[in-house]
Amino acid sequence: MNDVMEEKILQKLKEKFPDEEFISETFRDELTITVNAGRIVDICRLLKNDAELLFKQCVDVTAVDWARKKKRFSVVYNLYSLEFNFRLRVKAFIENDEGSIDSVTSVWKSANWYEREAYDMLGVIFKNHPDLRRMYMPEEFEYHPLRKDFPLLGIPGSLPLPQK
Amino acid sequence: MGLESMLPEGFLTTTVDALISWSRKSSVWPMPLGISCCAIEMMAAGGPKYDIARFGSEVMRFTPRQCDLLIVAGTVTYKMSKVVRKIYDQMPDPKWVIAMGACTSSGGMYRTYSVVQGIDQFLPVDLYVAGCPPRPDNLLNALITIQNKIGKTKGHEFKNEIKPETAIINN
Repeated sequence: MNDVMEEKILQKLKEKFPDEEFISETFRDELTITVNAGRIVDICRLLKNDAELLFKQCVDVTAVDWARKKKRFSVVYNLYSLEFNFRLRVKAFIENDEGSIDSVTSVWKSANWYEREAYDMLGVIFKNHPDLRRMYMPEEFEYHPLRKDFPLLGIPGSLPLPQK
Repeated sequence: MGLESMLPEGFLTTTVDALISWSRKSSVWPMPLGISCCAIEMMAAGGPKYDIARFGSEVMRFTPRQCDLLIVAGTVTYKMSKVVRKIYDQMPDPKWVIAMGACTSSGGMYRTYSVVQGIDQFLPVDLYVAGCPPRPDNLLNALITIQNKIGKTKGHEFKNEIKPETAIINN
């Protein structure tokens, strides 16, 4: 069942995007596909709307800081197909210097707050996001705490305390 | 003691300070600021088994304006610190503060960028309660210690300072 679904996903993607490269790997029966960050919205729209895939649920959107790698950030989309009971992970490495990727809020509404969280914690900019504000940290905070170069104890004085 | 022999039976003499501090310490009204798991132990202290009412503190008010003891029970993040301070500022004088649990006293196991490493950085704390979370007995012990502290106070120690808000009203 899983193998059939995996093949179907890759086949559909290659059919629709013939000039794109898709790297797929399976770990513990879970499929991960690495895609081109520039086409992420089109790819997500296909995964959601194709009648044989129907990844209607966006479980989570998050990002990974690879610190010393040339492409520093990758954005990870965890998707679930209710119709076919199949989980899929889509990865996209950000290639431009400003660290931005297109927002998928036009595909899944639920991605709104996930992308805000990834922006707050890692500083990944989601283009065309309707409301890209910080999620957890105060709005005047200047740093992104889950980046690898951020010290665990924070930067002294960056978060003001009330007067004693 | 000389005066009491001249008074009818049932009268005794004392100082106004002693009377006021006795009445203050006998009904300490806590402001329960339960912001994480310590709040569960604080609620247990209010329940029938430990029964904080035995010490006159069963009236947990959910408005700071009617309280004189702030129990900060839980992890205070930098974002929450403004709220904690605001609640403290809204309490009428005289007021006391218990920092309940390891997180509140020192940041505890949350040695990280988002948690204040001890609320004494922005609040005057009277008592730190050890434990993670402290047992209700420990909180009751803290309450008794605070009561002893209140019992030693004198009326003139709490002269009302004119705060900016009241100054504007007076003018």
